[in-house]
Amino acid sequence: MMTLKLYMAQRISALIMAPLVLMHIAVMIYAIQGGLSAAEILGRTQGSVLWMLFYATFVVAVSVHAAIGLRTVLSEWAGLRGGLLNGIAWAILAVLLILGMQAVYGVTAT
Amino acid sequence: MEDKQQMSVSVWRGGATGSFQSYSVKVEDNQTVLDVVAWIQQYADPTLSYRYACRVGMCGSCAMMVNGTPRWTCRTHVNKVLVDGKMEIAPLRNLPVIKDLATDMDPFFEKWVAAEGFHHPTQTRHDPIEPISPTSEDRVEANAGIECINCSVCYAACDTVAGNPDYLGPAALQRAWSVYNDSKDANKLAILDAVSGVGGCHNCHSQGSCTVHCPNELNPMAAIAGLKRETARNFFKRRK
Amino acid sequence: MIRGYRTHTLWLAFLLHRVSGVALALFLPAHFWVLSYALNKPESLDGFLNWADMGIVKLAEFGLVFLLAVHMFGGLRLMALEWLPWTSGQKTAAAGAVGLSTLLAGVFLLRAI
Repeated sequence: MMTLKLYMAQRISALIMAPLVLMHIAVMIYAIQGGLSAAEILGRTQGSVLWMLFYATFVVAVSVHAAIGLRTVLSEWAGLRGGLLNGIAWAILAVLLILGMQAVYGVTAT
Repeated sequence: MEDKQQMSVSVWRGGATGSFQSYSVKVEDNQTVLDVVAWIQQYADPTLSYRYACRVGMCGSCAMMVNGTPRWTCRTHVNKVLVDGKMEIAPLRNLPVIKDLATDMDPFFEKWVAAEGFHHPTQTRHDPIEPISPTSEDRVEANAGIECINCSVCYAACDTVAGNPDYLGPAALQRAWSVYNDSKDANKLAILDAVSGVGGCHNCHSQGSCTVHCPNELNPMAAIAGLKRETARNFFKRRK
Repeated sequence: MIRGYRTHTLWLAFLLHRVSGVALALFLPAHFWVLSYALNKPESLDGFLNWADMGIVKLAEFGLVFLLAVHMFGGLRLMALEWLPWTSGQKTAAAGAVGLSTLLAGVFLLRAI
């Protein structure tokens, strides 16, 4: 069920994410010591254009990547095909984009 | 089995639905799984259906699931697969069962054609023979998959085929890769297009069961990776 | 489900990649949902973060960091396999991805507790 276009979207979103994930893990390791708080998170990210771009790119890439990945799993392991399969994949993309952008707004807006 | 001279062999009987039937077969010093199947058909139950031809690992007709693993039965020794004097023999996975141990190989071979795994000629018989260096890069790559005997062991081992009946499978894609690397082939773009559809090489998850189980120790996973690389490269080229 | 023909390193690497991918995808909506409270309801986020300070949750976070890292390193292995000239040693690379991910998640856990 995987065509060349979906494959390329899957691999390119993955390549974009590889450095972002490394950075994400580095920030987690840095920030987790002593526990987290809303003030600490906001202090780092609020009003920062760079963090906003970082997380917005991350959200777009992961939404595309997860939608295609789950589409493959639903096809191979749940036997879904055709319109239903594509409809669910688009819905996953939409939900992740909306929730993700809300989160980016939540931690970077002033 | 108490008697060490006898083994208990469970053999699939029926079509898509059916059941395993147990046979007691004498253990010999040198005995292949195919020998066991042949013995059952000749001495225990003449209605047993199975397929074989050359008996020496060249023709690729006798592959079956032995204890859940696809194998060429004519080159698989019983002492290699016997567990506590028992063994289970079933028809190849991922293919429709005709009867007992014989599967319908049509879908398997139709996919070879669908993958454009055949020669697209550049010359006629009247042209002089074009010399190809056996050490040239393309030829080495094409040679890597050339010893495929079409036994369908890789196809039966592949879980991506099981999850997606459209998937062309390791054997057809490996042949497409061999033909793609043949410098005498005239239509390489047709091959790349044929392996880029809903059943194409991009479905492969590199599980590598094809490569692990190939009786000729070929590497279909590497061939499919080659197709992914070339289709991806071509994806950018065509967009320019 | 895991039958004889599947019990080899690269098939298990596939399973790990798939299971980690599905788990991360299921975790994402919750992750986004909680963070969206940061600006407007920071007290709700703090309430959640206090809950997340429990040891058992830290252990779950260790698992998440491992899944994220192993999905990334495993994915990089697959892309190298697909797009770079064929390299043998895929089993070693897959084992290396698991090792490196365990290390990263371990560092995270040690800083968390």
